[in-house]
Amino acid sequence: MITYIIRRLLAAVVLLFIVSAAVFAIFYLVPRLVGATPETLATRYVGRAATPETVNLIAHKLGFYDPIWVQYGRWVKGIFFGAEYDYGSGTEHCPAPCFGYSFITRQPVWPDLLDRLPVTLSLAVGAAVLWVFFGVSTGVVSALRRGSLLDRTAMGVSLAGVSLPIFFTGLVGLLVFSYKLGWTAPGGSYTPFTENPADWFYALLLPWIVLAFQFSAQYARLTRAGMLETLGEDYIRTARAKGLPERSVNVQHGLRAALTPLLTIFGLDFGLLLGGAVLTEQVFSLPGLGKYAVDAITNNDLPKVLGVTMMAAAFVVVANLIVDLLYAVVDPRVRIS
Amino acid sequence: MIQRTRVLVAATAALALGLTAACGGGKDDSSSGSSSKAEFNAALDKVFNPSEKKGGTIRLANSGDWDTLDPGETYYGYSWDFLRLYGRSLLTFKASPGAAGNELTPDLAEGLGETNDNGKTWTYKIRKGVKFEDGTEVKAADVKYAVLRSIDKETFPNGPAYFEQFLNLPAGYKGPYKSKDVNTDQAISTPDDSTIVFHLKQAFGGFDYMAALPQTVPVPQAKDTGAKYKEHVISTGPYMFDQNNLGKNFTLKRNPNWDQATDPFRKALPDSFEVSLNVNADDIDNRLLSGDLDIDVVGTGVQPATLGRVVGDPTAKAGTDNASQSRLWYTSIVGTVKPLDNLDCRKAIQYAADRTGYQTAYGGPLAGGDIATTVLPPTIPGYQKFDLYPAGPDNTGDLTKAKEALAACGQPNGFSTNIAYRAERPKEKATAESLQQSLARVGIKLTLKPFPQGDYFSQYAGNPPYVKANNLGLTVNGWGADWNDGFGFLSQIVDSRVIRETGGSSNTSVRDPEIDKMLDAAVSNTDVKAREAQWGAIDKKVMEDAFILPGVYSKALLIRPKKLTNVYVNPAYAMYDYVALGVA
Repeated sequence: MITYIIRRLLAAVVLLFIVSAAVFAIFYLVPRLVGATPETLATRYVGRAATPETVNLIAHKLGFYDPIWVQYGRWVKGIFFGAEYDYGSGTEHCPAPCFGYSFITRQPVWPDLLDRLPVTLSLAVGAAVLWVFFGVSTGVVSALRRGSLLDRTAMGVSLAGVSLPIFFTGLVGLLVFSYKLGWTAPGGSYTPFTENPADWFYALLLPWIVLAFQFSAQYARLTRAGMLETLGEDYIRTARAKGLPERSVNVQHGLRAALTPLLTIFGLDFGLLLGGAVLTEQVFSLPGLGKYAVDAITNNDLPKVLGVTMMAAAFVVVANLIVDLLYAVVDPRVRIS
Repeated sequence: MIQRTRVLVAATAALALGLTAACGGGKDDSSSGSSSKAEFNAALDKVFNPSEKKGGTIRLANSGDWDTLDPGETYYGYSWDFLRLYGRSLLTFKASPGAAGNELTPDLAEGLGETNDNGKTWTYKIRKGVKFEDGTEVKAADVKYAVLRSIDKETFPNGPAYFEQFLNLPAGYKGPYKSKDVNTDQAISTPDDSTIVFHLKQAFGGFDYMAALPQTVPVPQAKDTGAKYKEHVISTGPYMFDQNNLGKNFTLKRNPNWDQATDPFRKALPDSFEVSLNVNADDIDNRLLSGDLDIDVVGTGVQPATLGRVVGDPTAKAGTDNASQSRLWYTSIVGTVKPLDNLDCRKAIQYAADRTGYQTAYGGPLAGGDIATTVLPPTIPGYQKFDLYPAGPDNTGDLTKAKEALAACGQPNGFSTNIAYRAERPKEKATAESLQQSLARVGIKLTLKPFPQGDYFSQYAGNPPYVKANNLGLTVNGWGADWNDGFGFLSQIVDSRVIRETGGSSNTSVRDPEIDKMLDAAVSNTDVKAREAQWGAIDKKVMEDAFILPGVYSKALLIRPKKLTNVYVNPAYAMYDYVALGVA
């Protein structure tokens, strides 16, 4: 087991290097291939009235005149050993892991990421609890009452959940529940849990529900399909023939087997969400990693893009590793080696 | 604040979200609050809801990040408007609606600038008794230091570059961080604590406008932290920073060391300001309409989704103001691309363009603005109304004149060229499509070429070699004045000397040495009226050259705050005047 985890973690480090090199290449190599020069790249990061001298200064400061591998090496070095930053009236040391300084705001990226992470984490965990609970229970009930009015209603609502995009349900939710009825918090009112847990809950309630609404719909449909398939298996008939109570047959034998594919998808979904629930954060103006990523991409702010990409990739890798380990717990047939 | 019962009810109710959503969003919320006399444009050229009441908090939101709170680098109109709450520049624009808002007035200085050598040297007297938030009195040296630090473009690359362009700085001077102990008296001298003298390389008649830039807001050298100064700007205005979470939000509270007696125009009515950053733009509109938010601080108007709701509801429309923006949406006609090097070919485009189609592409008269026939918008002093290329009674183009122009340029059957626009801007795409259709009527075939906006000027439409090599005969463009004056509007878009072969210039088409000379003559003129006439003449010359196809004088539909007092649009910023507002 330990060997397996170490092997997976090493593979994850290699993967992160590949991802970072790919992002670097997209931002620097591709523009160079179509004719961009250090000066044209630097023009993105100066004001509209900048002189050629200013453009050259910034190209130098951002290291655009260096070969791309030197720039990449400098970025990697900063992660392991930190870096120095000249902020005009002085120099400050950016301690490892230093993911560089934003080209736009000139703020260090790593503290920004740590600052944004709790927002995304709060959103993802809260929504995950809701969608797993409502999604799986709706799926189980639908499977057990197959063809009933309850089943058809649940599947109809879940179809709506899958179909309606978050930027629609989110805005409508805000309009109705926050601005018309005043039941939920308006957008942009996130409060950290450590500051005021009640305000934190109040601000996140609607985002949780909107996000969970979409995911629980998928999980309900998957659970229902998995349960129906499992309940038709021979070992379920055997379990019933042995005289096991129906509850044990459904939960211990039926649901447990149906959970394995759900677990895989949950790992992917949750890992991706930790990298930033882009649309939800955008709609509800939550200062999380997703919004951070969108703003960074919009502004061509490479250090931010690299930082958030690394963090998102790391979450996906770790979440999948945990899921793989959990397989052994959920499904006795799986052996980790 | 939290009501647990509400939360529980919400949990239940929100579960029915999908069903509710499917039933539609319901009617607009347009509760009128205390503004019972609200009407369309009520705060456009007069004060709406006047009051002297003090207290309360004004809530603002920005759909993006603040460019920077540092007065030495900020370069957005909304930021210059807001900055007057925590900083005092030498001069500023009058806190007034209507044309008076475009006039300069002393702020930190006792009076307007004085020159006795026809605009090469400008002297200002600093007002006595103005203090920083820590109680230290502001001296002329603090203003000098503030201006000089802003010249360090390695530290402040995004700020205006006028001071480095005009001041007689020592050769190779890079600002006080890198050029330490360099005597800069040849550029700015401070003969005593209350006098500051600016020495220019060349005469500049409109220097008072530069004295109104936020770069003249004093900065105490001992408290300057370079690029990190934006984390805590030392206030000289009626408010100072309470909290500042960069990229998320900040709050202002009263500055105990601000003295009303030293301030000729600020009323400082509210107790505090709360500003949220990176808020969803559609959500901002919803909150403004519901009264949950007071101001969209950027002041560029409502989102397309909101426009339909507001215009279609008379009550909601009565709560809005349609402000002119001192911005022109236009299309550059590039003379370096054949056959547009021929004046008559350029004129053919001017005549054939459907002006109404251009206006529609920008959202019509309310959200887009008025049809333009000049480069200078009507809000800029010096604007003269003329139309060298009348587009017919319905403004859809004069095809007869266009065909005559084509014949004169040797292309009677038309020609083909490309039109560039920013891919992320649907209005520019619609403009390109409108021109494609209208010019096709006389045989001018346009191929649409979208480019990413981040690199639009540096690599594509503003990069002369690329423009020529790729036949970009037309480039969709727009420009807003740094300040409402001919120099502030024209210098970056009609002066051929700002065009850089490496790209990045906002002037993508106007290359006429005669215009350059006219600009130089106007810049050095200290007679305001004569100078304004010169700006008008330059405008006419650009139009005679037909290098610019004017599209729309930009307007924005602003949602008037429901719960605030003293609301009016200040034309200098083309948005509500943030220093005048109070809470009802």
